[in-house]
Amino acid sequence: MSPPMGDSHKRFLQTMMSNGIISASQAAALHKHCCEIHGAHYVADRLDDFINIINAHLQSLFMHIRKGMSEEDGLEYYALVNVTETDITRMASDYADNELELFRKTMDLIVDSESGSASSTDILNCADSLQTKKLKKKETEHVLNKFVQDKWLNEKDGEYTLSVRCIVEMEQYMRTIYQDLIKVCHVCHNIALQCQMCENPICGIKVHLPCVARYFRARSDPRCPECGDFWPHEIPEIQQSQSQSSQNLPSSSKENTAPTPSRRSRRS
Amino acid sequence: MSQRKRAVTASQSKTKRRSQVSLDEDDEDANFSQITSSQVQRAREHFTTDQLDRKVAEVVQFILIKDQKKIPIRRADIGKHVIKEYKAIYSEIINRVCRKFDQVFGLKLVEIDPKNHIYILINKLEPVNGEPVSMRPGNPKTGLLFVILSVIFMKGGVIKENLVWNTLKKLRVDPGEKHDEFGDVKKVVTDEFVRQKYLEYVKIPHTEPVEYEFRWGLRAEKEVSKLKLLEFVGELFDQDPQSWTQQFREASAAETSS
Repeated sequence: MSPPMGDSHKRFLQTMMSNGIISASQAAALHKHCCEIHGAHYVADRLDDFINIINAHLQSLFMHIRKGMSEEDGLEYYALVNVTETDITRMASDYADNELELFRKTMDLIVDSESGSASSTDILNCADSLQTKKLKKKETEHVLNKFVQDKWLNEKDGEYTLSVRCIVEMEQYMRTIYQDLIKVCHVCHNIALQCQMCENPICGIKVHLPCVARYFRARSDPRCPECGDFWPHEIPEIQQSQSQSSQNLPSSSKENTAPTPSRRSRRS
Repeated sequence: MSQRKRAVTASQSKTKRRSQVSLDEDDEDANFSQITSSQVQRAREHFTTDQLDRKVAEVVQFILIKDQKKIPIRRADIGKHVIKEYKAIYSEIINRVCRKFDQVFGLKLVEIDPKNHIYILINKLEPVNGEPVSMRPGNPKTGLLFVILSVIFMKGGVIKENLVWNTLKKLRVDPGEKHDEFGDVKKVVTDEFVRQKYLEYVKIPHTEPVEYEFRWGLRAEKEVSKLKLLEFVGELFDQDPQSWTQQFREASAAETSS
């Protein structure tokens, strides 16, 4: 039997439920906060033990708090995921049928692409051919915005990529649907979409950009970790940005001044 | 067998009677009261522990998803969409569901309407200041709702709708115009908040032209602390909350009874 959950665990879980995903630095701060509020024993570097207690109780409910790495900045995140319906149906309660179809098409485009991204033009084009119900250009833009807001997609300069949340939550679904099209990173073994690829045709392994940065950090003569061929790509810098930890500040500081009517409104 | 037949016909006639009286469309719901102890016994033997666990998980997820949108949950819907052939052991399942909500999530499933069997989820964890990650990330409509609940409470629990619209206009939220953040304000207030049971919006009898009034809804009564609301209003007006004697008395009474 796993130890029972205290109020500190419950508060942590509720916050995960309303946010869907939080960065590792947020998780660390939240761990401290939850323990302090409820007078629970707090050990700074025992976040994973703390989460394991929650996960032991979530198991029978087919939910899980899972760690994942962002393909963009290499930072770690924690996401609350559903273990049974790894299918897109997880999003079904929040989106209409044609919106879900648009999401699937976007995912197809991204998985098929070499860059691990899809341009807004390509997505808008395929919105014309939706089987469920066509979306106008304006509507498509609106839906794409919603996907970004709900943290399923990332957008930068008109290019859309799958977010950490999406990859962590839908990993199993993606492996089933795309099978061989899905490659994993040679370094971290997670699904690799935005990455560099070995140009040796019989090797062709993929490595995430942040993993490339870390792996080749101290090597002057970068070679493929698998076949030993020269690694012809530019080696990115290791990013140390921790800016995510402040992203929730505006809303929470606003709310803290007032006792809010709703004590809880999840991801609305 | 004959006994079963009788149970079925009895339940049917009862449903008919019910639907005539309350125009209740769901036959589903009436069936719940028709379950005999032998049926329960048989069902319990029929399903394995794994199957039961899975059902409990499904009901928990169903309720969590509904609650995300703050839609009150009808027992009949749980029966129709999730419980299905497990109906005979409904109460056993729902007891375990309640235990999960309590032990894992710090939430409480509350029946707000015992006649029609409607539930909502209430948070048992107090909101606190200085969260590093918000437990309820910015829903802008919350602010709108809070203003309305405050006005209603300070005005003695029931107000005419015009007062609400005028108050909002003073805050530059015009119910006649499309708002950037809230969209159709009138619809949000009189439809969404009402459906979520935060507000009641009812016709005032014998008014010509027809007028409406607002009250607190059942969810607001269960979820919102009147004492904290009063403290907030006090800060706003730079006044001691106790100086509103009647409101303070009501707020304190509500606090001790919950």
